Amino acid sequence: MDIDPLLLARIQFAFTVSFHIIFPSFTIGLAAYIATLEVLWITTGADRYHRIARFFTKIFAVSFAMGVVSGIVLSYQFGTNWSRFSHVVGNVVGPLIGYEVLTAFFLEATFLGIMLFGWNRVPKGLHVFASIAVAVGTSLSAFWILSANSWMQTPAGYELRDGIAFPTDWITAIFNPSFPYRFAHMVTACYLTTAIVVLAVGARYLVAGRFPEESRTMMRMAIGLIAIFAPIQALIGDQHGLNTLEYQPAKIAAVEAHWGGEPTDAKTGIPLILFAIPNEAEERNDWQIAIPRLGSLILTHSLDGTFKGLKEFAPNERPPVAIPFFAFRIMVGLGLLMIAIGWLGTFLLWRRSLFHAEWFLRPVQYVWPIGFITILSGWFVTEVGRQPWIATGILRTADAASPVTGWAIAVSLTLFVLVYGIVFSMGIYYINRLIVKGPQGAALEPPHEELPPSRPLAAAGEATRDAIVRPGE
Amino acid sequence: MDAMSTAMEWYLPVIWALLLAVAIAMYVVLDGFDLGIGILFPFAKDEREKDQMMNSVAPFWDGNETWLILGGGGLLVAFPLAYSIVMPALYLPVIFMLLALVFRGVAFEFRWVADTSRFLWNAAFTGGSTLAAFFQGVLLGGFVQGIKVEGNAFAGGPLDWATPFALLCGLGVVCGYALLGAVWLVMKTEGQTAVRARAHAQFLLPAMLVFMGIVSLWTPIAFPRIAERWFVAPNLFYLAPVPLVTLALAYGVWRWLAKGHEYLPFFGVIGLFLLGYVGIGISIFPYLVPPSLTVWETAAAPASQIFMLIGAVFILPLILGYVAFVYWIFRGKVRAGEGYH
Repeated sequence: MDIDPLLLARIQFAFTVSFHIIFPSFTIGLAAYIATLEVLWITTGADRYHRIARFFTKIFAVSFAMGVVSGIVLSYQFGTNWSRFSHVVGNVVGPLIGYEVLTAFFLEATFLGIMLFGWNRVPKGLHVFASIAVAVGTSLSAFWILSANSWMQTPAGYELRDGIAFPTDWITAIFNPSFPYRFAHMVTACYLTTAIVVLAVGARYLVAGRFPEESRTMMRMAIGLIAIFAPIQALIGDQHGLNTLEYQPAKIAAVEAHWGGEPTDAKTGIPLILFAIPNEAEERNDWQIAIPRLGSLILTHSLDGTFKGLKEFAPNERPPVAIPFFAFRIMVGLGLLMIAIGWLGTFLLWRRSLFHAEWFLRPVQYVWPIGFITILSGWFVTEVGRQPWIATGILRTADAASPVTGWAIAVSLTLFVLVYGIVFSMGIYYINRLIVKGPQGAALEPPHEELPPSRPLAAAGEATRDAIVRPGE
Repeated sequence: MDAMSTAMEWYLPVIWALLLAVAIAMYVVLDGFDLGIGILFPFAKDEREKDQMMNSVAPFWDGNETWLILGGGGLLVAFPLAYSIVMPALYLPVIFMLLALVFRGVAFEFRWVADTSRFLWNAAFTGGSTLAAFFQGVLLGGFVQGIKVEGNAFAGGPLDWATPFALLCGLGVVCGYALLGAVWLVMKTEGQTAVRARAHAQFLLPAMLVFMGIVSLWTPIAFPRIAERWFVAPNLFYLAPVPLVTLALAYGVWRWLAKGHEYLPFFGVIGLFLLGYVGIGISIFPYLVPPSLTVWETAAAPASQIFMLIGAVFILPLILGYVAFVYWIFRGKVRAGEGYH
């Protein structure tokens, strides 16, 4: 049987990295959230912050473990599957990853021990410090990894000698042209993703009439963050797009499914395509629905500006079209949904009806995956859009693979799919179980605000049961 | 100027080889004892003892495993060519080890949340730990026995590593990690768990010595380059202390175990590991892809090695400081019922 080792290696990397990114996306935001809660706890003395922090720490532990084990896999795959990549750009990308391990990974993994197991062993202040150290570690980790990834997208501060990249200026290499945008975009995305999860958990408790005090705090904090950061994210994304247009124009052409080459482009402007089936064989779109001139407006900020179309790139310089095109539309669509949730929630909060608005709470309890889907879509846009290059202009993906036979990769890919499938579904199952169990330690106290009128008994019954079943916790 | 850059090109790869050796040694010792706990897991009497064993390493395992990332990352940083040859050559054992680590890593967290399926995560913890240890030994064996290289790339087959020697090394590491785990439990636990661990250690110590002995005889017989390193004057006299100190220390650990010491056996076994490790280093140096490529031939650009070295010089002491701090916070015997669960 003839298996194409390159294709298998690409599928394996796409699979393992997509699986991995889910967990850091969540833990970067969650670490910051837990640290914030703990700071609020020691500054205000309000115990509900403590209870929420402890509750999310358990979920954090499960997510972090899955992030660590799937991350180790990645740090070895650069060698096992992409050894030419390691050899050609290792001089530049290697130290960026090395700094991530030194400055970030040790910090988070070590202080995690105190964060999880130190509640009764260290003073409050030290525990807060440990949580902040973990949060700082996760963000530093994002800094270095995104720097390395951005360098692959828009390399800078290097020179090629005999086909091998050598660093010439580290600051330029670290702060390469796309890095500031990608870093801002990703960290904001992590915060939004976490806020969406917190919001959904809070809504779920409110609908069930459980943990009224904790769930209201969760919802208020989450709504506030989403209302502010979701629109800011749209602005960052816009700037990121302009940067991509400047440095990776072929990616933008694919994202917009803009084939170009029409003599009328300059007069009519470029439309924004809402939907189409890109037809790469015939170099056009089928079933296209488009808004005239909006593409020009978004990417050139003028009504008749133009940018390069796919036909203006040689076929072997073009990325695949369909994946970036659709993934981008999913990302933007879900981003708009987040803005809507944030603003609607703020409005309801302002009208003091958020916690009774079942028509809002009921659907919102199911929105927890949208942040993850948005992040994955965004990464599909940027990574597939970088093709056919693994490091733009330096090394093609097709030339970067290891000399490993197809069947060995087929074995490893099969095992990864099986193992990750089991671990991932069990992880979600156990996180859900932790959510069902809920924050512990709430005393039987009347909630400060009125309960949703339809379910006061359910809520009281729930609180009583929690107090009886788990006294003294 | 020229003399200086020549000196730098000689010293930098040696410094990095030493740093990398330290990182891997840290990994072997630190993750060694918590993988060892997993290997010994099925011998616990009941779930309470298992809780105790797992709690003794739970605050540390994330940090311990980070040294493995530093080992892999460090190889990529300092010796990208070696990384790009060794990893494809040892493709399957690396992947198997990583998958085993996935299972045993999540078992730490899942086991506490699981209810009826707890036995499954006990099995995942044991199986994952044992296989990870086994394949780390296989990697060691596959590395020591040599890798086929043509034109700066791996040129062998996907099963080149699977030799009796590599499999023996795998069993040896399982045995060694189990010993480390046992003496860790002697130090960190009380009651029946500690008594049982001491008995395990008394069985595992001679077993590990047998493995060390076989490897020490096998390598010079099978690989002339290693025999030349050890058995040629004057090396013979310089290097003779390594096996002699190993035997003396092993006797010491045996006595300490018999006399009921709680801390000394753990540090003694760490010493045995380090001695074995130094022995392998002596056999291999200066090759990073034995038997063909040296540390100098596989080194990254001096600019890359320096950039990373500056960071390592400042940050590694800090890391060692806070790692020690966390071990100090959780010093003493494991307290029952402690944890966030």
